Amino acid sequence: MIRPGLVGIFADGAQAARAIAALRREGFEGFEVYGPVPHPAVEAALEAGVSPVRRYTLAGGILGCASGFALTIWTALQWNLVVSGKPVVALVPFVVIAFELTVLFGALATLLGVLVHARLPRLRPEVGQDPRFTGDRFGILVWCEGDRAAAAEVGLRRAGAEEVRSV
Amino acid sequence: MQPLTFRQVDRDILRTMEPPGRLYYGLLALVLAVILWGVYAWWYQIQTGLAVAGLNNPVGWGAYITNFVFWVGIAHSGTLISAILYLFRARWRTAVYRSAEAMTVFAIMTAGLFPLIHLGRPWYFYWLLPYPNQRNLWPNFQSPLLWDVVAIGTYMTVSVTFFFIGLIPDLATARDQATGWRRLFYGILSLGWRGSDREWRHYRSGYLFFAALATPLVVSVHSVVSWDFAMSIVPGWHSTIFAPYFVAGAIHSGLAMVITILLPLRRIFRLEAYLLPRHFENLAKLIIVTGLIVGYAYLVEFFLAWYSGNVYEHAVFLDRATGHYAPEFWIMVTFNAVLPLLFFIRRVRTSPAWLVGISLGITIGMWFERFVIIVASLAHSYIPFSWGLYRPTWVELSITAGSFAWFLFWFLLFAKFLPSVSMTEVKEQIPEEAG
Repeated sequence: MIRPGLVGIFADGAQAARAIAALRREGFEGFEVYGPVPHPAVEAALEAGVSPVRRYTLAGGILGCASGFALTIWTALQWNLVVSGKPVVALVPFVVIAFELTVLFGALATLLGVLVHARLPRLRPEVGQDPRFTGDRFGILVWCEGDRAAAAEVGLRRAGAEEVRSV
Repeated sequence: MQPLTFRQVDRDILRTMEPPGRLYYGLLALVLAVILWGVYAWWYQIQTGLAVAGLNNPVGWGAYITNFVFWVGIAHSGTLISAILYLFRARWRTAVYRSAEAMTVFAIMTAGLFPLIHLGRPWYFYWLLPYPNQRNLWPNFQSPLLWDVVAIGTYMTVSVTFFFIGLIPDLATARDQATGWRRLFYGILSLGWRGSDREWRHYRSGYLFFAALATPLVVSVHSVVSWDFAMSIVPGWHSTIFAPYFVAGAIHSGLAMVITILLPLRRIFRLEAYLLPRHFENLAKLIIVTGLIVGYAYLVEFFLAWYSGNVYEHAVFLDRATGHYAPEFWIMVTFNAVLPLLFFIRRVRTSPAWLVGISLGITIGMWFERFVIIVASLAHSYIPFSWGLYRPTWVELSITAGSFAWFLFWFLLFAKFLPSVSMTEVKEQIPEEAG
């Protein structure tokens, strides 16, 4: 079932941020904000927390470092022969492999984190979607119905929305 | 000049992706012809045997390894500009980073070919990879050549991912303004990006961590490449300065390549409003820095050879400057260390002709630097019995020419199919009232 809502379209991010603040004062919650660029004022108005993507990076990095040492040490022990008096498990050269795998796994985990949390790839368009939002307009989708819709529309228009339409 | 607006940015950058003219197809055909010639030379080498290359005792590493090191070096400035300058919040990087990053990806695709070509029997390449097998044989991770495989593999994966991540919002813009098959093409590539606050929040966080991971990676990759040489006991290679020396040289050549490619791109695509003279001036200033480091490294190499008191080191470096490879050596010194000093003069670093001229000089000079380090050292190691000379054959020269064409081929495709300046980051820098 599609929830009813309103989309307000704004010419700049500062207006959109003002609209979010005003709607939140009115008691509205759960917006989707769209824009061609990330906007600091919008982010501040939404008061969203720190993205959890950094934990993926850390976990990937630790896993990569451990895998690097595990792979090199385990494979070296598979052919347990001392050559030129050098230790079979030579940690110094293995640091290079462990370092590279730290970066590799860290980067791939970061990519995974972004995809999971940003919910990409997305096959179907979202309800509030508008091609202008990747061009030069900002948009706010607010979920509301009945009397609340009228209040939301007033809030959006007062903040400077060029256009308000229902979805 | 009128301040830019969001709409104008979209219009100007998307215009570069419109169907190309005759000049473009002509250039593409030329580049393809050179690639085909290079492929023919490689085919001839596989058919006939590695003997058709000039490689023999004592010079077992020649033009192929020179090309490998050269192209890995070219790949370095892209990540420097996109990741390191991002972390330093150097805002001027915005206009140039997309092309530099694309260059990184294509240069590493070129570099990756050369170890395969050098193998002679490229189909045994997989022996370098750790895979479970019946004989329980594993690659020797104590060998620098294995570090190289891991480092280059990681660099390729991470730079491709970083490049792609940076493109996603721009691809969504392209999708929303396109029609027909292009809409589908960019729609798939953009992963259905909508520009929602959730997407931006996680995207920006991820991008920052990508930059933070790519920064030590870029330093490590050319260090590892330098250890291919420094870990051996060949006089002229066995030196502790090799890692920083190679990294500085890599960035030196990469920056020169960025200027060489971006100046014509700016003219052809009429991107004067985006790629400002200030950007090229900043690149030239960075070249001064790397040029001074490279020049210092050349001097230190000679100092170490003298100060070590080792007769073989002495002999190798004396031979470099005065022996058979002296012309290559002096090209390297003049083009890499002396010529960039001209950028101290403001008029030189603001003139497109000088910028391109000096950058081309550095590109040539850096190729010769790799050649001198690799070949001149092997050709003159220890006692006279083991001395010998090397010249690249027509096969090696054809494959080298083919590699330049291969690199340009990908760049030509990039310039027409992807936005060569980041629309998103340019928009981010437009002050609110103008947007």
